[in-house]
Amino acid sequence: MAENVVLSRPEFVREVVADAYGVVEKPLTRWEKLYHNGALRKAVLLALLAAAWQIYATALNNPLLFPKFSETFAAFYAGIVDGVLLTRAGFSIKVLLQGYVIGLALAALLTALAITSRIGNDLLETLTSMFNPLPAIALLPLALIWFGLGNASLVFVLVHSVLWAVALNTHSGFLSVSQTMRMVGRNYGLSGPRYVAQILMPAAFPSILTGMKIGWAFAWRTLIAAELVFGVSSGTGGLGWFIYENKNQLEIANVFAGLFSVIIIGLIVENLVFQTVEKRTVRRWGMQS
Amino acid sequence: MNITASQPLLEVRRVTLQYKTKDHLVTATYRVDFDVYRSDRFVILGPSGCGKSTLLKAVGGYLPPVEGSMRLNGVEIRKPGSDRVMVFQEFDQLLAWKTVKQNVMFALKASGKLNGREAEERAMHYIGKVNLTKFSDSYPHTLSGGMKQRVAIARGMAMEPAILLMDEPFAALDALTRQKMQEELLQLWEDTRFTVLFVTHSIPEAVLVGNRILLMSPHPGQVKAEMNSDGTDRTGPDGRKLSERIHHMLFADEIEHETVAHG
Repeated sequence: MAENVVLSRPEFVREVVADAYGVVEKPLTRWEKLYHNGALRKAVLLALLAAAWQIYATALNNPLLFPKFSETFAAFYAGIVDGVLLTRAGFSIKVLLQGYVIGLALAALLTALAITSRIGNDLLETLTSMFNPLPAIALLPLALIWFGLGNASLVFVLVHSVLWAVALNTHSGFLSVSQTMRMVGRNYGLSGPRYVAQILMPAAFPSILTGMKIGWAFAWRTLIAAELVFGVSSGTGGLGWFIYENKNQLEIANVFAGLFSVIIIGLIVENLVFQTVEKRTVRRWGMQS
Repeated sequence: MNITASQPLLEVRRVTLQYKTKDHLVTATYRVDFDVYRSDRFVILGPSGCGKSTLLKAVGGYLPPVEGSMRLNGVEIRKPGSDRVMVFQEFDQLLAWKTVKQNVMFALKASGKLNGREAEERAMHYIGKVNLTKFSDSYPHTLSGGMKQRVAIARGMAMEPAILLMDEPFAALDALTRQKMQEELLQLWEDTRFTVLFVTHSIPEAVLVGNRILLMSPHPGQVKAEMNSDGTDRTGPDGRKLSERIHHMLFADEIEHETVAHG
């Protein structure tokens, strides 16, 4: 009978042995360690791509259409050494930062309005749904009429490209701060700007950071595109203008070197600046894995 | 000074609470009365939908009553304040961007209670009381659920509020941890004799934690009974255990409702 089986089994208690396993922790092999290194994996991929480029360009043998990797790299190196690329990049970055900072400030203002009043909220929602899909570069002709052939026009389109992405993300970040967190803030007497600075901003920081990253990427693209259309003011243009000029002079290796610089600056900002910020904030706080 | 000792710390009189959802106006509680005295472990017990959490939020100052009054030390409750600190059920009540110590210090600083060195000393004192000294520099996401709730309790107690409001603080924990936390809470109470208003839907928890239990009926929440508890689930004069009597009251209520619905 089943009952008897249940009763006939003896109870027991065991001593648990501490070092029962031979291996509790074991170091990984050298290969496993290398493979776990993300930077190394990516470096290998890049080297493979460069090799493919070199082989294809050698086979094609048409430097006007597609220069070799070695030629591009030589042009890039020369550009760095004689300082042309650096001054052009410096010019682009200066304009970019102006537009970016103004864009961030305006986004902060708009979201502040949006969280404090219903009308402000409607305003932000309407404006972002209108302007977010509008490519910043489409405003350039208008900007040229309003602000003339100068930096002001570039800054204007940059602000437009940063503002909506940042405002949209920051606002949705604020909205997703949990009710509990809001009540905690009010419980300890926080209100107004202190409540925003000490509760809402840090709690919404993952979204804010995403907005800033998207805003940066938009701004960088917009700037290069705008410079390609028009980029010369007071004798110096940025990287976009450098690319355009060299295309006209059929210095295709230089065109590639210019594109290469655009990519490298993008990578540096993404991997050094934003990833460092992420590591020190949202990842450390466990808000993002 | 005899007057203060015999006067209730928190007086809740005929409090009716309503809140709006998207398409309804819900009456959460109807004319609720109760008094909490100093060093009480006052438990509000009831099934879900009896408005006990809403009631606690109202005492916290987050929801103004549509009728009746709530007074703390004789002063009308109008808005949230640091004399009534809430401990929530949710783990995200801790600021993820601050360490355990910074979380406790944040409360002291934000409310303007203490600053600098004093705040740090007070914070470490209470973190020690909940046995988390070793983890004072850890970020909340590295802690277990029970540890997070202990931080929240330490943060609440460090404020040394007139009354600590606990909204089902152990409901999201596993059974073993919950039992341990209940014991620790009682131990802390033995040490400092703080006043706590504790909301739960668990009868055993109410019987263990509370010295006075307010029993509420649902839809809308009304006071059904108030009983005393010494934590041992003692047998009453009618030969039934306290938890059985409470269970019967909640259960009898349900049967009544059903007969009304069917009849």
